[in-house]
Amino acid sequence: MDVRNSWRRRKTVLAATILTAAVAALGILASGASAARHANITLTIDVFGDFGYHDLYKQYEKSHPGITIKEDTEDYAPHHTGLVQHLATGAGADDVVAIEVGYIAQFAAQPQNFVDLRDYGAKSVKSRYPAWKYDQAVAPNGSVIGLGTDVGSLGICYRTDLFAKAGLPTDPATLGKMWSTWSKFLAVGKTFQKKMGSKSKFIDSGSNLYNAIIGQANPAYYSKSGEVIAATNPKVKQAWNLTMKAISLGEDKGLTAFAADWNAGFKKGTFATVTCPAWMMGYIQGQAPNTKGKWNIAPVPGGGGSWGGSFLAVTKQSSHPQEAADLVKFLTSPASELYVFKHTGNLPSELPVLKSKAVQDFKNPFFSNAPVGAIFAGSAMKLKPQILGPHQGDFQTAASNAIQRVEQHKQSPAKSWQQFLKDVANAG
Amino acid sequence: MSVEQTTTVATVDRRARGKLLRRLDGKVSPYLYIAPFFVVFGIFGLFPLGYTAYISLTDRNLLSPVSHVIGLHNYALLIHDSYFWNAVENTFGIWFLSTVPQLALALLIAHVLNTRLRVRTFFRMAVLLPQVTSLVAVALIFTQMFGHDYGFVNWLLGLVGIHHVYWEAGRFSSWAALSVMVIWRWTGYNALIYLAAMQSIPEELYEAAAVDGARRWRQFLHVTVPSLRPTIIFTVIISTIGGLQLFTEPYLFQPRTSGGTGGSARQYQTIVMYLYEKFLGSSQFKFGYAAAIAWCLVLLIVLFGLVNYLVVGRIRSAET
Repeated sequence: MDVRNSWRRRKTVLAATILTAAVAALGILASGASAARHANITLTIDVFGDFGYHDLYKQYEKSHPGITIKEDTEDYAPHHTGLVQHLATGAGADDVVAIEVGYIAQFAAQPQNFVDLRDYGAKSVKSRYPAWKYDQAVAPNGSVIGLGTDVGSLGICYRTDLFAKAGLPTDPATLGKMWSTWSKFLAVGKTFQKKMGSKSKFIDSGSNLYNAIIGQANPAYYSKSGEVIAATNPKVKQAWNLTMKAISLGEDKGLTAFAADWNAGFKKGTFATVTCPAWMMGYIQGQAPNTKGKWNIAPVPGGGGSWGGSFLAVTKQSSHPQEAADLVKFLTSPASELYVFKHTGNLPSELPVLKSKAVQDFKNPFFSNAPVGAIFAGSAMKLKPQILGPHQGDFQTAASNAIQRVEQHKQSPAKSWQQFLKDVANAG
Repeated sequence: MSVEQTTTVATVDRRARGKLLRRLDGKVSPYLYIAPFFVVFGIFGLFPLGYTAYISLTDRNLLSPVSHVIGLHNYALLIHDSYFWNAVENTFGIWFLSTVPQLALALLIAHVLNTRLRVRTFFRMAVLLPQVTSLVAVALIFTQMFGHDYGFVNWLLGLVGIHHVYWEAGRFSSWAALSVMVIWRWTGYNALIYLAAMQSIPEELYEAAAVDGARRWRQFLHVTVPSLRPTIIFTVIISTIGGLQLFTEPYLFQPRTSGGTGGSARQYQTIVMYLYEKFLGSSQFKFGYAAAIAWCLVLLIVLFGLVNYLVVGRIRSAET
């Protein structure tokens, strides 16, 4: 009796399990069917860091009923290497992916993995962008793999209190004129250092200085035909020599960007200037909230400059290319770019937005009410585009390491340069 | 009669079948019981190993859709790759700096924990705490502590007049900093293994030693250590395997701009970091070359494990 009962119970449980599984399976089928009917689409978007899109998603979901947006975010490097893997293995990529300018050439070289946005009206927005920004996401076969979000145009963020102590002028316009070129910038640094000694250095990091200088060169590492010309291009050597000069004059603190000591330096004032893309404003405010009002922003020597800037692309793996492309167009629209600039600080890449009163008149109280909108927009419009190549990032790493070897007194500038050239040659 | 006969035949038949089944059961079922492990190992262990070996013979690159078999070309390149040998040197250096003090310390801690301490269980659990800490948290916090300008370690050293050691930049200093991380995390784990082994050493051995006039230290050297020989061999092999695969600590120790090079002059780039650089750390995505590095690492671990086995085997055994 007992045994039979337990068997019956077991049978009941079994039947119930099978039934539940069947119902669940049917449920999945049914929900799939209804998804198609009501156009309940979930769009996934994969970004790195903070693109400042959260409120915009909500807005878009409201105006497009049936669409849900899910954002994945990662660090800069794993985001891009992950994307390479997803594309190579043919699975796992989101509908919409963000691509930074350092990687755009590499992805533009594989247009077969991306939706050609010309099929979804990219041509109609072309005129909004500076030609170089639009062209960076154009594949060799002419297909447009992405649309620009922000540009990382440069200013120089500096500590007014330290400048005053060193007897230097503190207003951006005067300083901008004083350091119209990079060698003049180093000359200002020499004056600064004479007064300040080793307490505060003029420059945070040799690599940051180098990147700003090389960012203005065109061509830099790649020639128009795609050859690596790092070893022979005098512009590269010139940027290197200027950096070496800053180090030998004792103006360089020798920190590495994003390291603990660099972060602490913002608070403690161990350096007086930092090359400053628009997104850096948010970073400084986050690292050193107590230094409010002690910062200001002046134009960068040599005119325009760039550090960062991104694109949004739609992958071929997306099962909703039309909706994904619509989302990309919405997120890169002038209104969205302006919204992100005001709330997150990422600088718009579209000319009408850059020229708009809203950007031109924008001031930041943290940076002594500097007209940051006008400074960054001006730098963005002066920026001369650079020819990029697939190993851009490797060359940047090799250069950073080479500069650090000198900063850390491990190698002479000449020896370090030789090793840099060797690394460049081996990168391919 | 005939009915009876058939019944007997049937019974015999059934009995024979039962015997056969039982014999089969005895022979086959042990294999079936252990099969799940080997099936899982085959899928997640053996297959990737074999596939990596195959990839290492090709020029597979994540960026290009086609790849070709190029034989041992990757290995030939690797032998002449000075950055690879630099990584090998770093790995062994850090391994030596971390493992020797770690195991010696673990032995001592185990010895102390084996005595009649108050709240012994608390101490025994406490030494295991670093082990349950997230590896990433350990690496990040130690990296802060070994900072140049505002690091805790430099502040301490500053009190005794040593100023601003640039831990990350120097070759030996970076090895030392990384070794401290490894030692902090793994000493307790090894101590517990030693402790478990110590508890199985018969008390009479110590009594006999005490009768012979051996003090604690001599007892430790001449009774404990020889009795632990198999355990010490085990921990040395395990920490060899772990140490030669060192990755997370040095990877998080480097500045974010380094891209996996392990310092500006690759002063602490380990073998696995170099593998990572070739595969994902840079924009090279050289899958084939990275696979060749992986297989060389396997060979190195096997070779080095054997060497360690022979060296540690020279500890006088308890039995002889």
